[in-house]
Amino acid sequence: MTAIVANSRQERWWNSRTAHRFMSHHLALIGMVMIAVLTLACVLGPYLLPYDSLHIDLRARFAPPFTGHHYLGTDPLGRDLAARLFMAGRISLLVGFSAMLLSTLIGTLVGVLAGYRGGWLGTTLMRTVDGFLSFPSIFLVLALSAALKPSPMMITVVIAATSWMEVARIVEAEVRSLREREFVQAGRMLGLSGTHIMFREILPNAMGPIIVAATLTVARAILMEAYVSFLGYGIQPPLPSWGNMLNGAQQYLGTAPWLAIIPGAAITIAVTSFNFIGDGLRDALDVRGDHT
Amino acid sequence: MRGFLLNRLSQSLVLLLIVSVIGFVVLNLIPGGPLAQFGLDPSMTQDDLDRLREQLGLNRPLWMQYLDWAWRLVQGDWGHSFRDGAPVLDVIGRHLVATLLLMGSSTVIAIAIGTWIGIRGATHRYSVFDYLATVGAMVALSIPTFWFGLVGIYVFSLRLGWLPAGNMYTIGDGSALNYLHHLIMPSIVLALVHVAIWSRYMRTATLDVISQEFVKTARAKGLSERRILMKHVVGNALLPMITLAGMQLPSVLTGALVTETVFTWPGMGRLFLDSLGYSDYPVVMGLLMFSAILVVLCNLVADIVVAIIDPRIRLS
Repeated sequence: MTAIVANSRQERWWNSRTAHRFMSHHLALIGMVMIAVLTLACVLGPYLLPYDSLHIDLRARFAPPFTGHHYLGTDPLGRDLAARLFMAGRISLLVGFSAMLLSTLIGTLVGVLAGYRGGWLGTTLMRTVDGFLSFPSIFLVLALSAALKPSPMMITVVIAATSWMEVARIVEAEVRSLREREFVQAGRMLGLSGTHIMFREILPNAMGPIIVAATLTVARAILMEAYVSFLGYGIQPPLPSWGNMLNGAQQYLGTAPWLAIIPGAAITIAVTSFNFIGDGLRDALDVRGDHT
Repeated sequence: MRGFLLNRLSQSLVLLLIVSVIGFVVLNLIPGGPLAQFGLDPSMTQDDLDRLREQLGLNRPLWMQYLDWAWRLVQGDWGHSFRDGAPVLDVIGRHLVATLLLMGSSTVIAIAIGTWIGIRGATHRYSVFDYLATVGAMVALSIPTFWFGLVGIYVFSLRLGWLPAGNMYTIGDGSALNYLHHLIMPSIVLALVHVAIWSRYMRTATLDVISQEFVKTARAKGLSERRILMKHVVGNALLPMITLAGMQLPSVLTGALVTETVFTWPGMGRLFLDSLGYSDYPVVMGLLMFSAILVVLCNLVADIVVAIIDPRIRLS
């Protein structure tokens, strides 16, 4: 029944005003294209290149980019930089995306609960959010990942555990403002359970801000993974990530600057793209808020 | 004012309590917990460890351990470094000045440039400058600080040879100019992200103020646009920025850690990484708690300063 009603009223999503606004946002389109190209390159690239990311060729150490058979040059062990860049991209993008999913999940749960229930539970939850925000995130991430066994999975969990607070704040504010609206009161009078009202009635109406925050969280998670891996406490070699490719690149800065420049450029492109997309979604979904 | 102060102080106390609980949880997540240092020592037997556990009171319930730990924190007894046996607070104190110098100079840069970009963006809304500033800010927020630092070192130290690639001063040359020379690149690198954030907020704040009635009144009085901007707009727009400066502190500290690592700057961030490398957990925990307490206190100070300046907040 509800499906029929929804269907008859809903326009095709690609014809909706939201989609139009998003498509007319140039930066967001650029971001989408860049992410699509980057993802495709990371997924397909390793199959197209003649070299394996782990293949060591000591005769071809420190080959500069755009010369010979190694398109982006080689590292101190003679491994092909392009192959490593693509394999690293898979890890970095996957960690960033998974961390976003997990932290959005935590943040949404905390935010909905705090916003709807309010009272001492809401206060406690939101003060905990403030408490987590008081720690410089990298100190927490480093302390946790040094203490726990570093695996891609663990890094993802640690990054998510230290980046869910923004989503929680946004969702809490949104839910608190929706809580007293008529449709929620109607739900309460119909005798719907609290869980049903929170997650089936209120949450769908708060999706816009959540989607925007989630997109920006991907950008932050990729950056955070890069930071901890660069500092040596993130993804561990031989598994490459964009961050750990830069770990140790500083000592070769004078002789082989491409070792530092190329992976860093990949991080910047990926993060910029997600920030552009987030900005476009904010405009398209008409989410108010500061422009940072 | 008194009501506001009491309210704000009690909020900060609650926050410190929560911060300490989070810190205690992190401490206990470290394998071996507070005994981690002894687990690495091969001459320690399980009996020794058990006896130590007994002595240090680690077999008591967690909440008692927490109270004990928190009480020692309050008293200033933060434990001793595993590396040289010095009290943790002394070790932190030795590295504090270098970090404050770096953070201070980069904050000055960020405020100066960010304020200018923000105001110009707001007064020339939708101009080419405004558009470039918007896009530029988003890109600046996406550049990893360590990579920006490495590129800076490559260009300005290795290629052009204008600026030193690291350290706080040249050994044997302790002149102020030498310090300044070493300070330039790290503080610009650390400032980049905050120029972006500051300029975006400043733009929004300026736009808010420009649309207010008193600006219309000033215009009706026939004041020049420049005078309106300088006298009425900028001051009011800068007010919320004080709060922002406090809120940005955790991210400045995060940036400082990375910048100090790239530029071998002897501050708290490097100390944190070095201590992590040596599994010197008392110092790691000390820095974690110190930075969070610093953040809570600075936010408190920022709010009080705003309340002193702005009667609307003080009296409401």
